[in-house]
Amino acid sequence: MLNLYDYIFYFFAIVILGSSFVVVFSRNIVHSAFALLFTFFGVAGFYVLLSADFLAITQLLVYVGGILVLLLFGVMLTNNIVNVEIKSGTMQTLPASLIAALIAGLLCGIFYVSNWYLVPTTPELLNNTTAVAIGYAFITTWILPFEVASVVLLVAMIGAVIIARREKAPEVE
Amino acid sequence: MIPLNYYLLFAAFLFSVGVVGVLIRRNAIIVFMCIELMLNSVNLTFIAFSAFMGNAIGQMFVFFVMTVAAAEAAVGLAIIIALFRNKKTINIDQINLLKW
Repeated sequence: MLNLYDYIFYFFAIVILGSSFVVVFSRNIVHSAFALLFTFFGVAGFYVLLSADFLAITQLLVYVGGILVLLLFGVMLTNNIVNVEIKSGTMQTLPASLIAALIAGLLCGIFYVSNWYLVPTTPELLNNTTAVAIGYAFITTWILPFEVASVVLLVAMIGAVIIARREKAPEVE
Repeated sequence: MIPLNYYLLFAAFLFSVGVVGVLIRRNAIIVFMCIELMLNSVNLTFIAFSAFMGNAIGQMFVFFVMTVAAAEAAVGLAIIIALFRNKKTINIDQINLLKW
């Protein structure tokens, strides 16, 4: 007995699974990057289903608007698009799939066996926006990690600029 | 209403897909994308627990994960670009400067 909510869940699940397989197994790195776009969109859809509206928007801004564009720049800067060097191979498929199956089995086993504490009725969180609760948590109990996160971002930005900067260009090339 | 277990199992599966990608691909940028997949599946787990517990703290942790993911993407891509400038490849088989 499926209602609309379930259909939306399965739709997003199929989108995410399909596009994540394309990300991993596609031979063309540009295809991988664009499949990652659909994965991020699908995960954002899941966030909306789980009533995390504010995080869904943040997911779109940070991942689709930031990280994915950054990755595409990386693709453009490190592959000669003119050459057909853009393809990339695979290696060690058998041990890798063994390890991945082990991890999947472990995670699924833990998730199934554990007795999670659940709120019996429909949580209050589902009925109103979450931005208020998140913002309140950020500026009261968790203010120190919040400030440290901003420092982490600043340091990462400076570090990225310093690492990626070309120094004394002519000798390379 | 979808039960919590569906979200958890789905996140576990997405994480495993990311693990496969990290292990089998040779292109450093694709390895990066797969790390983002794994981070996304962890975020999904956090938010599922948060929604089913009726507690916003889990959603706050996702913000920290996103912060670290953004920092990691910026620094990692800078390293990849610097490597490409020096070695003309981002094939992780050939990047063995630290291998003894």
